[in-house]
Amino acid sequence: MDFLRPATLQQALEAKAERPAAVPIAGGTDVMVEINFDTRRPDALLDLNQVAELAEIGSDGGLLRVGACVSYARIIGELGRELPGLALASRTVGSPQIRNRGTVGGNLGAASPAGDAHPVLLACDALVEAASVRGTRLIPAAGFYQGPKRSVLAPDELITAFRIGPAMGPQQFAKIGTRNAMVIAVCSFALSLWPQGRPAGTGGTIGTGIGSAGPVPLRATDAEEFLAAELASAGLWESGVALPSTVTHTFGELVAGAARPIDDVRGTAAYRRHALSVLARRTLGWTWDSYRKGARQCA
Amino acid sequence: MTGTSTATGPRTSPTTSGVGQSAGRPDARQKVTGEFAYSSDLWLDGMIWGATLRSPHPRAVIDGLDIGAALRLPGCHAVLTHDDVPGRKVYGLEHADQPVLASDQVRYQGEPVAIVAADHPETARRALGKIKVSYTELEPLTDARAALETAAPRVHDGGNVVRHVKIRKGDPAAVAELVVSGEYQVGMQDQAFLGPESGLAVPAEDGGVDLFVATQWLHADRTQVAACLGLPEDMVRITLAGVGGAFGAREDLSMQVHACLLALRTGKPVKMVYSREESFFGHVHRHPATLHYEHGAAADGKLIYVRADIVLDGGAYASSSTAVAANAATLGIGPYEVPNVRLDCRAVYTNNPPCGAMRGFGAVQACFAYESQMDKLAAGLGLDPVELRVRNAMHEGSVMPTGQVVDSAAPVAELLRRVSGRPLPPAAAGTDRDIRGLPGGVSNTTHGEGVVRGIGYGIGIKNVCFSEGFDDYSTARVRLHLIGGEPAADVHTAAAEVGQGLVTLQGQIARTELGVEQVRVVPADTSIGSGGSSSASRQSYMTGGAVRAACEQVREQILERGRGLFPGHEDLSVSGGKLVSARDGALAALADLLAEPAEATVTWRHRGTSPLDPQTGQGDAHVQYAFAAHRAVVDVDTELGLVKVIELACAQDVGRAMNPQAVEGQIHGGTAQGLGLALMEEIQVTGGKVRNPSFTDYLIPTILDMPPMKLDVLELADPHAPYGLRGVGEPPTISSTPAIVAAIRAATGLALTRVPVRPEHITGTGPERDA
Ligand SMILES: Cc1cc2nc3c(=O)[nH]c(=O)nc-3n(C[C@H](O)[C@H](O)[C@H](O)COP(=O)(O)OP(=O)(O)OC[C@H]3O[C@@H](n4cnc5c(N)ncnc54)[C@H](O)[C@@H]3O)c2cc1C
Repeated sequence: MDFLRPATLQQALEAKAERPAAVPIAGGTDVMVEINFDTRRPDALLDLNQVAELAEIGSDGGLLRVGACVSYARIIGELGRELPGLALASRTVGSPQIRNRGTVGGNLGAASPAGDAHPVLLACDALVEAASVRGTRLIPAAGFYQGPKRSVLAPDELITAFRIGPAMGPQQFAKIGTRNAMVIAVCSFALSLWPQGRPAGTGGTIGTGIGSAGPVPLRATDAEEFLAAELASAGLWESGVALPSTVTHTFGELVAGAARPIDDVRGTAAYRRHALSVLARRTLGWTWDSYRKGARQCA
Repeated sequence: MTGTSTATGPRTSPTTSGVGQSAGRPDARQKVTGEFAYSSDLWLDGMIWGATLRSPHPRAVIDGLDIGAALRLPGCHAVLTHDDVPGRKVYGLEHADQPVLASDQVRYQGEPVAIVAADHPETARRALGKIKVSYTELEPLTDARAALETAAPRVHDGGNVVRHVKIRKGDPAAVAELVVSGEYQVGMQDQAFLGPESGLAVPAEDGGVDLFVATQWLHADRTQVAACLGLPEDMVRITLAGVGGAFGAREDLSMQVHACLLALRTGKPVKMVYSREESFFGHVHRHPATLHYEHGAAADGKLIYVRADIVLDGGAYASSSTAVAANAATLGIGPYEVPNVRLDCRAVYTNNPPCGAMRGFGAVQACFAYESQMDKLAAGLGLDPVELRVRNAMHEGSVMPTGQVVDSAAPVAELLRRVSGRPLPPAAAGTDRDIRGLPGGVSNTTHGEGVVRGIGYGIGIKNVCFSEGFDDYSTARVRLHLIGGEPAADVHTAAAEVGQGLVTLQGQIARTELGVEQVRVVPADTSIGSGGSSSASRQSYMTGGAVRAACEQVREQILERGRGLFPGHEDLSVSGGKLVSARDGALAALADLLAEPAEATVTWRHRGTSPLDPQTGQGDAHVQYAFAAHRAVVDVDTELGLVKVIELACAQDVGRAMNPQAVEGQIHGGTAQGLGLALMEEIQVTGGKVRNPSFTDYLIPTILDMPPMKLDVLELADPHAPYGLRGVGEPPTISSTPAIVAAIRAATGLALTRVPVRPEHITGTGPERDA
């Protein structure tokens, strides 16, 4: 097995163009497991850890630009205020060791429906920045995932960063696991509120993402539209009153309905749907509560 | 007892490292810093690597086996199959029914079919890939109760029942005012040790073999390995290598015979190490069980009868099933006085993974059922669950359903009072709690919504040492001699240190008995007589007993020398490195009496036991009984079915806390293993195939799942046991599971008849999955 160690992004892209079968390795928390379990035997590993550009955090227009190799630990420590949903999700990933090594770029590269970053990226309309010697393109998260562990990334492409709007309202993430830490999601849910609309102008006031309950991470579009319409038509953003339980209940049902879960060793499809409805209701309650508190503070 | 300090520095006085002290483990620092050499770290220049080809099918006929391509692979030194086993083709702890390598058929997924040796692990793996096996798959028999039907296919020629234990006491037709019945299920738990099966076999010049391996019983391994190799026992020499956990999973052979076969065939040292995934197929698991119970009681709660039918799924081979069945049966009604008992326990063969020894075996499964029944009975009578148990609690002098009189402390009521009398942890408060203390933990699933607290109790009983007339013994050699002019003791046994602290304990005993500071515990090997198994909570009792007896003989030799040198002093003892007279104090340094070393080798036995009557189950089958009680306090997210165990209190009688800190460690660890069974640990088997052979999906508790514990350690000496001690390791594993499930029931009002309890069971969202 060859071990390629490019020092710059340009070298990395050239290496990937030359050897499209080379497997990128960032934190290695997925790649090394596969190699140890002998489920993957790459001819070459492409180590991204020397490429400084990939570990940068910056901004571009109204969006944050977070390098593919930024670890979960850094997201928690450095971006907790701008990206509270992603920070919450990052806190649920593995153990301290895994959070020190693991990256969102790697989560995207692995494209497992159980990856914890995905629901938040969906809920925040993040853009995946993919680059090759041919150029750079931005892929909306919702169009990135193709199937279990498959994405639209071309063989010569690397993920260089993701771009994401800083929070302009409350965000939440919740994940079900059968133990209280170090667990792969049985299912998960992310919710973001954008009372004044999104930074890039596109997308509605509500964002959702569902993890581990379908072949790919999913959005609950019907639930988003239902809630946005209810909030707008009843003037709830302005009044800031408590949400009617019919609204939270229906929202939960619509989120559950958007899932496409299966029975597997981690849980039944029925449980996943049920749990998603509960998580959707609860996270909506939490985000709405903090929206109301925030609104009151501003007033 | 509090168990406070740990000695880590040099030990200066016997008072800090003798019996009853929390002497530090000699391997503690190495283990914590990652420097300890486990069996998987063994290395010898020139060694080659063994690997195992396993059946992908739970039941199949082997039509053909082609090893040609594998043999031709450069770097591959040997490929061996069933035909290459020179001696007995099968092995087993109780019945030799398990093929060293499968011959005409395979009976479980993962059964070894061929072995290879190659100069690199990777080459060995490739060689495995080149072996062609043609199988005709057959429908596997995977339901243990279906295995009992007369029309069921037979896993072995002799039929599917490995053992049927019957217990008959009193009136079989007794009637009672209140009757509760229930059917309970226990899933397949794994020992989940961290050090995978591994060892190194080195061919010897005499045609024999030296094997270095992590195991629980060197001599039982040797007997089986020698038989399969067709060698006399003295040509198979086994030395204990660093053991990374055992919990029963190293009682059966794994790679022992295979590595020796390859070493003898190639003339080279052969190392074998299972991967984590292979390890799940490389050892036996805890028997899944279906338990049907009926309890009858009078209006005051006094038990009148218990009738029970227990089916244990032993999987494809016998392993320890006969002993597991005996435990489930003889301990099957729990630590209660019951005048009328009719209980049937059957262990059966299926094409599921073989099941055998795991901490608390037999007693664990039964305890979940009988304690669930006691709660049901209490509810039916409107009685407090602790009060109901206390009213029925056995005590010293009680008669077991086997007719055996319990002739040492059995403080069942006291243990229950201890755990129930403790103050409760503070109630769940508000919605702004630290989420790490809530169900779901950092996964952020609740801020208090849906969370209900529950409290539950459990108490269990376990036998200590080997039972049913087994000739159970341990051997110890103790030699007191001079090292650099100072008296020092060497202690040699073949008893396996599996992490429980036996090496530490042997040192403590020698220091206490011989009054010396320096003790060297010689590595365990088969050059001395058997130490018996590191199982059944027996090594402190048995090897502790043997070491003490050998020390006593050595001490007598020294005192004899002293009486010769100092005539007239009758009341002599050894202490602080000196020969001491009761009248005149120190007479001489021990060193002065050790021009000649003093040495003794002792084979030590516990008092005898008898077999069980096959029709009635009557007999004094057990050596000693041990008890532990738990109170569990849990918070359940009733909407999501997630559980946070808030606190576990445990009370256990240990007879004598030989090493208080080690006792606490055993209680913590055993309790955690019981928590795992209650909430998450299960090998999921469908159609005879394991669905989760990894630590990604076989979940064991983390530090966020295991709560702080409150311990009460009682020391009620057993007059029959060395130092009065009572085996410690297993009881806490037994009662924590039912206590936790009882607490979840209290929080949810659900019946919860199966462990592990899954979120699906609490939320009503799952098919009741069959194994
Ligand atoms: C013990 C343990 C616990 C875990 N717990 C969780 C958990 O709770 N939640 C969770 O979501 N995940 C978990 N994981 C999985 C893993 O940690 C995450 O998926 C993590 O985000 C992977 O990041 P990485 O940098 O380590 O990726 P790597 O292992 O380095 O790479 C993962 C995949 O992405 C590809 N890749 C990496 N970087 C790029 C890039 N820049 N461009 C293109 N492709 C790329 C790789 O080729 C590979 O296919 C766990 C893993 C372990 C071992």
